[in-house]
Amino acid sequence: MALLQISEPGESPAPHQRRVAIGIDLGTTNSLVAVVRNGSAEVLRDEAGRTLLPSVVRYEENGRVTAGAEAQRHLARDPRNTIASVKRFMGRGVADVPNIENAPYDFVDAPGMLRLRTVAGPKSPVEVSAEILKALRARAEARVLEGTSAELAGAVVTVPAYFDDAQRQATKDAAKLAGLNVLRLLNEPTAAAVAYGLDNAAEGIYAIYDLGGGTFDISILRLTRGVFEVLSTGGDSALGGDDFDHRLYCWVLDEARLTQLPPEDTRLLLIKCREAKEALTLHGVARINAELSDGRKVNLTPSQAKFFELTQHLVQKTIGPVKRALRDAGLAPADVQGVVMVGGATRMPHVQRAVAEAFGKPPLNNLDPDQVVALGAAMQADQLAGNRAGNGDWLLLDVIPLSLGLETMGGLVEKIIPRNSTIPIARGQEFTTFKDGQTAMAIHVLQGERERVSDCRSLARFELRGIPAMVAGAARIMVTFQVDADGLLSVTAREQSTGIESAIVVKPSYGLSDAEIARMLQESFQHADDDMEARALAEIRVEGEQLLAATGAALAQDADLLDESERAAIDAAAAALAALLSQGDRRQIKRAFDALGAATGGFAARRMDRGVQSALTGHHISELA
Amino acid sequence: MIDFSADHFSLLNLPRRYRIDTAQLDREYRALQGTIHPDRHAGAGDAGRRLALQASARVNEAYATLRDPAARGEYLLGLHGVVSLADTDTAMPLDFLTAQMERREAIGEARDSGDRPALENALAGIATERAALEAELAEAIDGQGELEAARVAVRKLRFLDRVKHEIDDALTETEA
Ligand SMILES: Nc1ncnc2c1ncn2[C@@H]1O[C@H](COP(=O)(O)OP(=O)(O)O)[C@@H](O)[C@H]1O
Ligand SMILES: [Mg+2]
Repeated sequence: MALLQISEPGESPAPHQRRVAIGIDLGTTNSLVAVVRNGSAEVLRDEAGRTLLPSVVRYEENGRVTAGAEAQRHLARDPRNTIASVKRFMGRGVADVPNIENAPYDFVDAPGMLRLRTVAGPKSPVEVSAEILKALRARAEARVLEGTSAELAGAVVTVPAYFDDAQRQATKDAAKLAGLNVLRLLNEPTAAAVAYGLDNAAEGIYAIYDLGGGTFDISILRLTRGVFEVLSTGGDSALGGDDFDHRLYCWVLDEARLTQLPPEDTRLLLIKCREAKEALTLHGVARINAELSDGRKVNLTPSQAKFFELTQHLVQKTIGPVKRALRDAGLAPADVQGVVMVGGATRMPHVQRAVAEAFGKPPLNNLDPDQVVALGAAMQADQLAGNRAGNGDWLLLDVIPLSLGLETMGGLVEKIIPRNSTIPIARGQEFTTFKDGQTAMAIHVLQGERERVSDCRSLARFELRGIPAMVAGAARIMVTFQVDADGLLSVTAREQSTGIESAIVVKPSYGLSDAEIARMLQESFQHADDDMEARALAEIRVEGEQLLAATGAALAQDADLLDESERAAIDAAAAALAALLSQGDRRQIKRAFDALGAATGGFAARRMDRGVQSALTGHHISELA
Repeated sequence: MIDFSADHFSLLNLPRRYRIDTAQLDREYRALQGTIHPDRHAGAGDAGRRLALQASARVNEAYATLRDPAARGEYLLGLHGVVSLADTDTAMPLDFLTAQMERREAIGEARDSGDRPALENALAGIATERAALEAELAEAIDGQGELEAARVAVRKLRFLDRVKHEIDDALTETEA
């Protein structure tokens, strides 16, 4: 790798060095991957031409893991090992998930985050999500990278705006586990605003209402000449289309007098209820027809009116957060210029009506609610990868959805960073000791809006030790919270009254320790040894092509610096490398690659001397003094 | 990148006064974040990215402080060497306190009976009162330099902020 490339000032590097970055919408129901090509964002399709990857993962006894449509086909047949809507479990314990008793899985409660027992062993929601992300990564590699020398620079992965720190951290861990370089965690409504705002050159106040399969978000943004400023956000990270299915399912159990169903039947009926719900939107009528495992038959026709009655309270549950978000932004409904609808569940007519009523204007449905999040993520990924430098950049200013605080005396929470603060943010608060001679302090980090510790979510606990013994109230302990642009928190504590600093940095990790992640990574590498080898081969090929191109360019410019035998040595090494690039194995290519590097070492040094000299001759001596 | 030792006003290119042009503040803020935000330095090394994070957080802090009338007053008094919220300083005019007690009682009742119009009314009342206090504060700091009067006004504003939060929470409760 000895050749120095010197390009003209202002000249961009060769097009093959463009860094490909993808945007991923990791949804509860469906996931998508998009990329910017030739300046515009597009969602990538699989071999069958489908854009949506069902967020379903299946584990088989023989160790095979499948994700997407193929896994989805086994939902009702193999419900324990076929995991759907895993996003509901990210960063959550068993007690945190509403209606968990109806989920047809075998849960293992573990501190921080639950596990799902499968034939392939207990799986963390992080591991399951990683399988979805791997499938999307493979799609991107096949569709965009194959046959080019481009590399995958990284990914922007979207999360619900109302995801708390545990859920965000879990998502980032899943992406790492899938071998993705996470450029940014991006809030889904913000991603949608980017796609919508840039496409429509929108300016002013906009609301994004995003009701998907398992989560609900509302974000209020101000769009000002390329700046997307989130003013407030609200939502419910456990409310979505799944809950509508569940209401219909409970109605079916009632109507058909069913109790104690095996997981296969539960899953079958849930699928039928979802189909009926979607049919009601599209046709106004629906039929639920199913044969249970014991031969009993279910045959019901829920009317649209019945469905609305069963689910109106769920729709209403989204309006409270809408009002609060408006209040937090200091705005009235009339200040909002447009309400952009995102997520499949916003297709339901009673959702449309409730939103129209809350804002006093019909919502905007002129974009594909399934794709807009992935498209916005791809645009942001493209920018973060540096592909748009100086080319009409936009800026995203986002907020944290939930307040962050510390436990103080009496089980109360002292808020350090209030919700809707713009990120990144760092804020400190001083605390002192309670007893004479106290040398340690327990620090308990919480997230939520309520005053009592028991009503907030516990993010992390740690102890600050080695505080010098002093009378009560004399020590000065500064606890600093820092939230980065991904919305992720880190906490530092430092005793400062004595000048002795004992600082500790805590990254809350909720159930998955670094060691566990390392183990999962190791395991996935073992399973994917072939994969690794293929990747390494692809990489060395790319590097080889780049070296050949650089050598060619250098020879074209400065061949006069070489004598005949030097030139012959370089030509021979280059020819050897070129011949091996397409057929050779990784080791052979690497050897040829190193050989060409060695052969061009002296040439590079001479080119550099010449480059420096020609740069100098352009100047007067006085300028260099 | 930015001068970390600069005060909030000079960081955001504003004169050090209570009365500010909020449109200018918004413009300066957006322009500054446009150059220092971590997304603008995604391709930088670890150190460069960390610096961008810190600079951006510092500017967010400055902006949030100056954008908020009570926080801006408190900060400005601090620059003048006046600590407005010291624990020892509890004296608040009695009539103000009495009025607020009554107000909070009314809010409690409205919350318990789910009386939204009453809560919204209370919000409007607070907004009017805050506007008057802000004008008073501006006069006291920017005009005669009556720092003691300014300090009382800041404390009243802070108090009203808390009452406003109570109303917000009560409204949220009625919407659940
Ligand atoms: N026509 C429709 N009527 C009602 N619900 C629908 C319709 N189409 C999709 N949905 C629902 O939208 C949800 C999925 O939305 P999506 O935005 O893909 O979710 P996510 O982002 O959570 O993956 C599912 O609950 C699905 O049943
Ligand atoms: Mg979604």
